[in-house]
Amino acid sequence: MGWIGETIDSIKSLQIRQVLTQAVSLGMIVTSALIIWKALMCITGSESPVVVVLSGSMEPGFKRGDILFLHMSKDPIRAGEIVVFNVDGREIPIVHRVIKVHERQDTGEVDVLTKGDNNYGDDRLLYAHGQLWLQRHHIMGRAVGFLPYVGWVTIIMTEKPIIKYILIGALGLLVITSKD
Amino acid sequence: MHSFGYRANALLTFAMTILALMCAMASLSDNFNSPTPSAHVKVVNINRFQKQPKGNDEVSMQLNISADLQSLFTWNTKQVFVYVAAEYETPKNSLNQISLWDGIIPSKEHAKFWIHTSNKYRFIDQGSNLRGKEFNMTLHWHVMPKTGKMSADKIVMSGYHLPDEYR
Repeated sequence: MGWIGETIDSIKSLQIRQVLTQAVSLGMIVTSALIIWKALMCITGSESPVVVVLSGSMEPGFKRGDILFLHMSKDPIRAGEIVVFNVDGREIPIVHRVIKVHERQDTGEVDVLTKGDNNYGDDRLLYAHGQLWLQRHHIMGRAVGFLPYVGWVTIIMTEKPIIKYILIGALGLLVITSKD
Repeated sequence: MHSFGYRANALLTFAMTILALMCAMASLSDNFNSPTPSAHVKVVNINRFQKQPKGNDEVSMQLNISADLQSLFTWNTKQVFVYVAAEYETPKNSLNQISLWDGIIPSKEHAKFWIHTSNKYRFIDQGSNLRGKEFNMTLHWHVMPKTGKMSADKIVMSGYHLPDEYR
């Protein structure tokens, strides 16, 4: 029996006051995670401060499952930067490098062309039909930092949802049965 | 108190903390490196210089690129992405940047190179402003770390001219 037996015993011996304490501590964990995420959004100015690389189009720099930290500042976009952009009609953001920039004299608007390091041609085929350039509003942020492999957790969880539910269930049980 | 779950949890948390700390230290150690790269780009020949039917100027050129980027490599460097761009100003656009060539340098041994190439990406203006245009060549590099902060910088070389007439 051992660990499992202890767990069941501790669930049986729950008191109402203890249940409330556990609920509060669970709530604290959830809210602090939310606070950290929202704070990151404020600091980086990007609506999703962390993205997971899903394709191999930037290899060998970024592989599938790597994590990128984004930053969205007022600084103008320049060639060579790695940007994350959303194309109209596509849900999944793309991480590619800027290879051409044309910045307007009067309005300061930019026309940007991107390309994946590992792709043969530029991205005009990925853009919406007839679209030649990306504008500022397509761009969600530029990549400033890099962490390898960590993103595999999210990739596995989105592709095999059962693992996600098992993990959430196990963590929930652990929080409920913890006694300090 | 000393159940299996607690011990596993403590071990995992400790391992994660140490790993995160080591990643942060590796990234910070890059700051101690002050690189001194050098580069030289020469336009050997203008192959083609025409106005497209749509009205945009297009140039095709032969380039000699030599660079020594060995000092950019540290132990936390996965690769260096290097590219040469033409930069110029037109009445319509305050800045035009066109990548002409790029390459991935996987290791320090390959960081001192010399290459003779025609432009890899098409050099097309937005409009017809390229005749007699003065432009800058810039060699940019983008250091991709094994983990942590990415960095980038450039060398600007000025005094390049495009011919006065189409050919």
